[in-house]
Amino acid sequence: MDAFVQALFLGAGYNAALVGIGAALLGFAAGASGTFLFLRKRALVSDAVAHATLPGVGLAFIIMVALGLDGRSLVGLLAGSAVTAGIGLILVEWMSRKTRLSEDAAIGAVLSVFFGIGIVLLTIIQTMSQGRQAGLEGFLLGSTAGMLFQDAVVIAIGGTLAVAATFLLRRPMTLVAFDPEYAAASGYDVRKIDLAMMGLVMAVTVIGLKLVGLILIVAMLIIPAVTARFWTEKSDTVVWSAGILGAASGYVGAAISASAPALPTGPIIVLVSASLFTFSLFFAPARGVAAAVIRRQRFQARVHLRQGLLALARQEPIHDKLTLKVLGRDGLIRPDGVATDAGRAMAAKVARDERRWDVAREVHHDVSLTGRYDGLTPIEDVFTPDEIAQFDKVIGKPTAVEGT
Amino acid sequence: MNPETLLTLAADEGRVISDIAVGDAPLAVRGMTVSYGEKPAVFSVDATFEAGMMTAIIGPNGAGKSTLLKAALGVIPRLSGEVSVYGAPLAAARDRIAYVPQRASVDWDFPTTVIDVVLMGLYRQTGLLSRLTGTHKAKARECLGRVGMADFAERQIGQLSGGQQQRVFLARALAQDADLYLLDEPFAGVDAATERAIIDVLQALKSEGKAVVCVHHDLATVSTYFDNVFLINVRRIAEGPVAQTFTPENLHATYGGRLATSHIDQLDLAAGA
Amino acid sequence: MGAEFVQFSLTPILIGILASIACALPGNFLVLRKQALIGDAISHVVLPGIVVAFLVTGSVAAIPMLLGAAGAAIVAVILIEAIKRLGKIEPGAAMGVAFTSLFAGGVLLLEQSDTSNVHLDVEHALMGNLESLIWFKADGWASLWDPVALAALPDELLRIAVVCLLVIVLTVIFWRPLKISTFDESFAQSLGLPVGAIGFGLVVTAAVAAVAAFDAVGSIIVIAMFICPPAAARLMTNRLEAQVAWSILFATLSAILGYVFAGYGPLWFGAQNAVSAAGMIAAVSGVILALACLFGPYRSRVGVGREEVA
Repeated sequence: MDAFVQALFLGAGYNAALVGIGAALLGFAAGASGTFLFLRKRALVSDAVAHATLPGVGLAFIIMVALGLDGRSLVGLLAGSAVTAGIGLILVEWMSRKTRLSEDAAIGAVLSVFFGIGIVLLTIIQTMSQGRQAGLEGFLLGSTAGMLFQDAVVIAIGGTLAVAATFLLRRPMTLVAFDPEYAAASGYDVRKIDLAMMGLVMAVTVIGLKLVGLILIVAMLIIPAVTARFWTEKSDTVVWSAGILGAASGYVGAAISASAPALPTGPIIVLVSASLFTFSLFFAPARGVAAAVIRRQRFQARVHLRQGLLALARQEPIHDKLTLKVLGRDGLIRPDGVATDAGRAMAAKVARDERRWDVAREVHHDVSLTGRYDGLTPIEDVFTPDEIAQFDKVIGKPTAVEGT
Repeated sequence: MNPETLLTLAADEGRVISDIAVGDAPLAVRGMTVSYGEKPAVFSVDATFEAGMMTAIIGPNGAGKSTLLKAALGVIPRLSGEVSVYGAPLAAARDRIAYVPQRASVDWDFPTTVIDVVLMGLYRQTGLLSRLTGTHKAKARECLGRVGMADFAERQIGQLSGGQQQRVFLARALAQDADLYLLDEPFAGVDAATERAIIDVLQALKSEGKAVVCVHHDLATVSTYFDNVFLINVRRIAEGPVAQTFTPENLHATYGGRLATSHIDQLDLAAGA
Repeated sequence: MGAEFVQFSLTPILIGILASIACALPGNFLVLRKQALIGDAISHVVLPGIVVAFLVTGSVAAIPMLLGAAGAAIVAVILIEAIKRLGKIEPGAAMGVAFTSLFAGGVLLLEQSDTSNVHLDVEHALMGNLESLIWFKADGWASLWDPVALAALPDELLRIAVVCLLVIVLTVIFWRPLKISTFDESFAQSLGLPVGAIGFGLVVTAAVAAVAAFDAVGSIIVIAMFICPPAAARLMTNRLEAQVAWSILFATLSAILGYVFAGYGPLWFGAQNAVSAAGMIAAVSGVILALACLFGPYRSRVGVGREEVA
């Protein structure tokens, strides 16, 4: 625990501190840019991009060695990965536009084939004399253990640049993500902004390769966005909360990882993020499962109550068990199914409201008002008391019926 | 308002909404509510569709027309309500129902041919493994013939026009040899020739004593094509023979201000009640 | 094509072919249902499945591993469905959340547990080791009739053969419901077909195929074979029956050519060592798909493809 607290306050060594800051920056950029992807319903395009980095890493290594350079130069490897990731992205777009295949098939094809080619290249590199210590496998799952100081600097700088780019592009991207048609109408070039969005995702992927690896970087792009969505409907808020969730996951994850051995950075960051997601899934007040279940049950009870009262008013028999239960629970019917006084009074109110609606729909032809005649909306929510009094005038005074 | 007045009102309101008994009607729905999220799409609807009749389900967009059909068929879940088909529960009477979904609800790029789609209508006869015989194929071709598509049997479905796609769907329903035909917007976006062809087939079914129910949106053709109408806008507004039910009052009640009075005047409506 | 081929190449090629077919068959329906990426999700969660199975049983025996992987795949599918429904999240994002979280959990468990002395690692999970599945006892084609040698066939071959057969049988039996519910779900429901169960059954079958294939060839082939042969086949024909046949052909072709290129290709270029067969098989399937995208007779959407005019 001490080690964790120490790491949390950047006291676990210079490298670890840089990694922590880099992870937080990267998490922010990934969370925010991933939100745009998620809202465009293209979350898994990032999976294709991420897997498509692998052949680039391999090729960059081979080329650098052939040129007599150090094959392990992180900048060189990342540059290579960006090239093949870009090609993968273009292929996904091309296949889903030019052929009859859908985007998900294109994504799956690109990610598996590029990854396969990457693995072939890795096996070639393993047979090269310089290849044995290349450590390129680290790009699969990320590895911060034994990371060089300049690598940590690269991640920190890259993370900063990605955050800056997200900040600069936030307006047009939010607009396009939430309402592409409106964006196009207001003179934005949706295609270019989409491209910029994908470019940013690609940049985040490439920067994150060393830290979390190409399989898990997808999680940093998707999970914070999905989590944020549970808490808010507002576009700006989603973007920034996803960024903050991503940053928090990155920072805390890196700190946990630095606090003990055998806690790989990438998986820990993802698991921190996943626990935030799980919590939100169940307990978020607006869209969480617990809230939804309660709302649904209340709603169903309201429907059955209303239907039951209508049936009472029309003196129709009620067969539905749930309706009987709801009416009984509220003391509106006796166990033998006969309406109590309270039940008859409420049924009368319901019946009167129905007749008021009849009148209202003759008087008002405004859909925004009469369109709310859905059985559940109380008439008092739609019309003012004096309007309702007017309807009552039309209906006339209740007349006593013989025999009651 | 004091409780006593309310009690009097309750007695006053004791009218019976649906006096046609559930009985053996081809399709009867009682107290059905369906909701997407927290807004009822269909609220507490009673409906009875009769044999030997063509019934149009009419209402504005989003009024729950298609939802009513789908929920009656169990394609989407009901929040409450009961359904009976020829007096039996739905599950026991599936063989007697043929359903024609909206044309736009499927991916017409699916790799299959016209006759294959029609053969799908024979699934309840052929089951999992029994071989498709010449009889089955002949049956499918005959159904295609009835909708004027005999020459298109081997065509890929993606090459069809909208009207032709609709005819194929109708042929598939014919292959089911059902007694109750439920069609979701069969005339949406089809050409005049197709509309004619479809209505001829449906009228032939009607004269054989089958029940035909269509979600319909063209008010101008209601009185020419249909015997009964069912007016819905989340709630049931009215149902019954066109002559008595398809009135300006009921249309106003269904469509509210959305239907201009001048528009209503042009329709071939029943005289106001 | 002598004794050496039978000993070193015959079984890996057979395993590759069977694994490819077992994945490509359900892949056809997944691609048509726009659920191609379920294959991606399944193959990622196999790792946590086998790690948990190892931690529970303490052995690396095949059967518990397979059960663990299959269990994980089913958990993942249910999890994806739950996230989709409960949170009203679009399928792609729901998959992304579920499989990455499970995968991360698997990697962490692997690091935390003492598996250094057993052959259980991430790279193996991703790449497989098709090359090592040799038929040690074989000394020529005659071994095919030698019960002693046959008894020494790699277990993986028998397993994948059984699963491949199972997948074929299931596809044949449920062909009609699968086809109807894939094409027109609401019509299928109106027939009383259990559409939800059919969809789940398809995904579970895919998971079983993925797990058995994964055991032999790693998860890349699995994803590639779910998607590439069916996708390429879709561009070759407009009939489902023919599409499935093409996909089997493409899967077989990818397996054979991939294995041959991986084993012998480097030799042609003067290199000594073979490259990853699994990776090469995925790459070949990609080349086939690329050719189909460029030249397939039905590559374009309706109206643009070259159709015979009736």
